[in-house]
Amino acid sequence: MPLGVSIIFSGSGAWQQTGGRPLFAEVGMAEDVNQETPIPEEENGSEFEIPEELRGQVTITTLDKLYNWGRRNSVWPMMFGLACCAIEMICVAASRYDFSRFGMEVMRPSPRQSDLMIVSGTVTKKMIPQIVRLYNQMPEPKYVLAMGACASGGGPFKEGYNVVSGVDKFVPVDVYVPGCPPTPQALLHGLITLQEKIDKQSIQSVRWYSKQASEPIPIPILGPDLIDPRDLPDFAERQAAVEEKAAAEAKT
Amino acid sequence: MAETESTKVLDEIKTKFGDAVSPDEREGYDGYLVRAENLLDFATFVRDALGYDYLSSVTGVDYIVEDKMEVVYHAYRTSGGPALLFKVQTQREKSVVPSLVSIYPGADFQEREAWDLLGIEFEGHPDLRRILLWDGFHGHPLRKDWREAYFEEDQKPFGNRWPEGKVYRIEDKVPFNKNVKYPANFTPEGWVPEGEGTLYASLGRMEKSNGNGTGSEHIVVNLGPQHPSTHGVFRMVAELDGETIVDLKPVMGYLHRNHEKIGERNTYIMNMPFTDRLDYICSMGNNFAYALSVEKLMDVQPPERAEYLRVIMAELTRVVNHFWAIGFLLNDLGAFFTPALYAINERELILDVFEAVSGSRMMCNYFRFGGLARDLPPGTAEVIRDLAFERLPEKIDELERYLTENEIVRVRGEGVGVLTAEQAIGFAAAGPVLRASGVPYDVRKAEPYSIYDRFDFDVAVRYNGDVYDRYLIRVDEIRQSIRILQQAIQDLPEGEIQTGRPQYQVRVPAGESYGRVENPKGELGFYVISDGSPTPYRYHIRAPSFINVTGMAEMSRGQKIADVVAILGSIDIVLGETDR
Ligand code: SF4
Repeated sequence: MPLGVSIIFSGSGAWQQTGGRPLFAEVGMAEDVNQETPIPEEENGSEFEIPEELRGQVTITTLDKLYNWGRRNSVWPMMFGLACCAIEMICVAASRYDFSRFGMEVMRPSPRQSDLMIVSGTVTKKMIPQIVRLYNQMPEPKYVLAMGACASGGGPFKEGYNVVSGVDKFVPVDVYVPGCPPTPQALLHGLITLQEKIDKQSIQSVRWYSKQASEPIPIPILGPDLIDPRDLPDFAERQAAVEEKAAAEAKT
Repeated sequence: MAETESTKVLDEIKTKFGDAVSPDEREGYDGYLVRAENLLDFATFVRDALGYDYLSSVTGVDYIVEDKMEVVYHAYRTSGGPALLFKVQTQREKSVVPSLVSIYPGADFQEREAWDLLGIEFEGHPDLRRILLWDGFHGHPLRKDWREAYFEEDQKPFGNRWPEGKVYRIEDKVPFNKNVKYPANFTPEGWVPEGEGTLYASLGRMEKSNGNGTGSEHIVVNLGPQHPSTHGVFRMVAELDGETIVDLKPVMGYLHRNHEKIGERNTYIMNMPFTDRLDYICSMGNNFAYALSVEKLMDVQPPERAEYLRVIMAELTRVVNHFWAIGFLLNDLGAFFTPALYAINERELILDVFEAVSGSRMMCNYFRFGGLARDLPPGTAEVIRDLAFERLPEKIDELERYLTENEIVRVRGEGVGVLTAEQAIGFAAAGPVLRASGVPYDVRKAEPYSIYDRFDFDVAVRYNGDVYDRYLIRVDEIRQSIRILQQAIQDLPEGEIQTGRPQYQVRVPAGESYGRVENPKGELGFYVISDGSPTPYRYHIRAPSFINVTGMAEMSRGQKIADVVAILGSIDIVLGETDR
């Protein structure tokens, strides 16, 4: 916080800032749609009356809006490319499409510093342990964007023996961008959709401030085929059922 | 001429090997069948006496009906000319074939791939481990009796997906609702993961280095698979003495998308869009090689205009690729993103042309057997003309002005990652990597395909074989491509772009064929076997990005760890093609 700023909290999350420039004018102007805890109009007006002489410098908004405004304009993607889609992702970073217009140009090679994982390409079984590990290493708040048909659901290579049918089998996905590869415009649209999603979040309900810390996702294991540790509890039963079915099929 | 040459070769082989080597007389097949016990002698003879010094492709074929495994070798002379094919057969159970690594070091990774995917063991291979899949994977997927978890039918097009008026997803039909399949009686409790012990054991000795009195130990550093400089999901395991590379193992397969298995289920034309996704920077070039190999089998020729357009697209692709490669090499040298921005700028202009002709920026899917999918839309020829005569020549000069004499580029490039001409040929390096080492071998000249014999251009060659020369050779090649483009666009004739009617289901007579082109990254070859059915019986890709990394360890030994990044950048790999 810059010096000379005082914040007044109200029970409903409205707050007031005084001093300095009208830094948050933009927040106040953001559309009110989809807000999880809408602030009644009269609250702004009645409870916190802004004196005439401060009108140009003070604006009233909600903590959610301020918080989301900060995050939505500095979504740092991880520098992480998997396949063909990564090339289009690079083009989005380059001058013609240029996602730095949205505060996203700071691509970080380290997961520890990034907010967004753009899964740009085919997710293979050999790679998925690393992807899950990278996801676990990212600090909250973190988002995942599945770019392209492959990351969303397996894509053209879905039937392949080394291909995972979409990254959402292992990590939660926030935005799916269809295409093979999605055009740069489509990826930009996906990123803007993510921003809209961020706008709708409320500090009261987001998982990274909830009491239970989020558990890391168990890392898949490379066995004779890919093993998802979450399958292990009833693995034997399910495997037996498969073998039974195979035996029955072999008979017919 | 070619006839007399081949009869002479045949005579020589007959006198030397007698019955051990016989011509392959199956319908539509070519080359020689060699007995396994004579393979080493034969290969030595082929290399030393006949001069076929360049073993381009090694792959296996599973003939399940005959109960045979076959290994197919394509050898070439670096002085040019057609291939010498030889094959060796073995039984399907416990297939063993002598390894050719001692004669052709370039067979190293390709034999490992054949072991990994087909289960053919190569006796005498120094480091026979799985290469694309992981140690401990169950089975060898390219065997004809190996079925993936999502198996539906042997050949496409598959049957009805909404049999009772209700659509189903394949996930609903498999265990765990996932793309997994475990061997019978597998239980996770009793199972011990193989881990990566063999990988680390395959590195050189980890003993203490003495001699300098420090008694320091070697350490192992993993670069990748998620590393900003590995151009995708490539991994290198480096053994270091201080900062110096003692040994290095490339580890790949993180983008292994089962191209060949899927390709053998697909119909011929269905594979065309899949080839786009091999080397995804150069989709037009991939289309070209695949179209050539199937056209050879079908015995069709595209019309004149299509030939010209093919060459134009292939050369534009080369310009795109080399711009991209130079930009990202500079990225790796530490000039983060600014040179790449210049390069991407030109690429975007060419991508606009691709989008105009094919409808897609990257995945063009533009070639058809016997022609092309569409003609040029109005105005595109002028755009290409403008690029070829005005924009690109100017921009390549600009790029050179910024980079060629740049102090950092020179210091970090000169003398780094050297590959001599003999080594480059031995490792079957292709494309700019081979030519930067002083071997003027370019498929466009060595065995001209399409209409490349009509154009006036030079094979770029440089002699030092280091990172700097591999940068320079790409600049040279862009200039040569611009020359070809200028001629092609001037002479572009009017007319048809497809021989016969475009067909969805092509008829491909039985036989084998190997179609190769000089792709921007090197020789790209498609080895296709048809058994007369709608889908290829065998579909193998000789991928330059894959084979070029065979020499990576040799280039890196003795260099500093930071140089490895530059060396990899100068080889210019694309993981879609390396791992397939
Ligand atoms: S969706 Fe298409 S372009 Fe993207 S990674 Fe998959 S195959 Fe490549």
